[in-house]
Amino acid sequence: MTQLPVRLAAVAIGLLVSLHASAADLTVSAAASLTNAFKEIGPLFEAQNPDTKVQFNFGASGALLQQIAKGAPADVFASADQESMDQAQAQALVKAAERRNFVSNSLVVIVPTGSTHAPKAIADLGQAHYTRIAIGLPASVPVGRYTKAVLEKANLWTAVEPKMIGANNVRQALDYVSRGEVDAGFVYGTDAALVADKVKVALVVPTEVPVLYPIAPVANSTNAVAAQKFAAFVLTPPAQTVLGKYGFGKP
Amino acid sequence: MEGAWVPLLLTLKVAGWATALNLFLGVGVGYLLARKRFWGRELLDAVLTLPMVMPPTVLGYYLLVLVGRRGTIGAWLQSTFGITLIFTWQGAVIAATIVAFPLVFKSARAAFESIDPQLEQAARVLGLREMAVFLRVTLPLAWRGILAGLLLAFARATGEFGATLMVAGSIPGKTQTLSVAVYEAVQAGQDDVANFLVLVTSITCIVVLLTAGRLVPGRVAGQG
Repeated sequence: MTQLPVRLAAVAIGLLVSLHASAADLTVSAAASLTNAFKEIGPLFEAQNPDTKVQFNFGASGALLQQIAKGAPADVFASADQESMDQAQAQALVKAAERRNFVSNSLVVIVPTGSTHAPKAIADLGQAHYTRIAIGLPASVPVGRYTKAVLEKANLWTAVEPKMIGANNVRQALDYVSRGEVDAGFVYGTDAALVADKVKVALVVPTEVPVLYPIAPVANSTNAVAAQKFAAFVLTPPAQTVLGKYGFGKP
Repeated sequence: MEGAWVPLLLTLKVAGWATALNLFLGVGVGYLLARKRFWGRELLDAVLTLPMVMPPTVLGYYLLVLVGRRGTIGAWLQSTFGITLIFTWQGAVIAATIVAFPLVFKSARAAFESIDPQLEQAARVLGLREMAVFLRVTLPLAWRGILAGLLLAFARATGEFGATLMVAGSIPGKTQTLSVAVYEAVQAGQDDVANFLVLVTSITCIVVLLTAGRLVPGRVAGQG
């Protein structure tokens, strides 16, 4: 007769083992702004590659880079800016030869719907009634880097920085604006489109460098073939259709 | 690395305020639960213990919805007093206070319950008023248990992260406490900054624990 605690322990160990990633799992670390589109692309890829199970890890590109640099078992890295991917490449964390740009995006200023003020130019953000502005943290969040570059170029960074509410990724900045906790925020056009009922786009801001997303297989992936396939798949028509539906542009 | 003193001082300020608020809230509620008989007393105890067992993100979300600029309490505070709690250090104090609150009221309740009621009875017979009985008999007898709870609360408030990040955000010099600063540094790959902050945090915690050990010998767990 097996005793209950022993059986429970056996079940627990069984669960732990079954939760452990199997060889056919493909972990894609992707920029937070890709969340909705990639969740739809995952099943399309699985349909073509029945042996592979795709799992996503979304976050700020800079944070994802640090995870990979510290040995996180990611297979594919999709970043929202070139800088994060350049750093990954410089540390030989990704396969440089298979790096491709796969979508473009736009930087926008959003305000909560129902807000009485909407900036007509980025210089307006210096005005007193914009007390809090959500901006991704430039140290780790690409949308924050694009924003900082734009504001520095316009000599507005010193005026806007004291009002900055730092966001850990672009979706947090979006959330702050859609809840009305801040007066304005910098996000991507694709993010603003997701909650069109809660935020309105006040400005489309031309960026210093184009907002181009690169993707590359991770160098020490344990599932290199599938990683390479996925990185290539996002450039195929079915995946590009999904990305286009969410407002991403061609690279 | 002078930058580390800013989050350290902010952390001590937030934890200090949270502990001070809990001195009144926790002791009051602990006394109420220990001494008054009313319907739903144990249910109230369970509900008030929730912040200790709930994920900090759940607590953070509740707070965001309640004290946010469009939240029930937040909108009222803003329109009546012009106070905004979200993204301020006061917001961080509220998060830390609530998270640490169960540690204080639980310790206080246990401390009050362990007092022999005959001692208070004797004080009454000798002619002391209720307030005097509480201040001169009950509180001195329960003090060590309460202090242990307060020290634990201070330590817990120092380490508060999840709810704080959600409610107060991460504004350097304003709401970026040590734990949040460590998180940001790691996310940004600034390992040297992270190393230093982690060292400062560890030393702070050791100092708090040693102080606790001296003030309440052998009773940091606060069994009352």
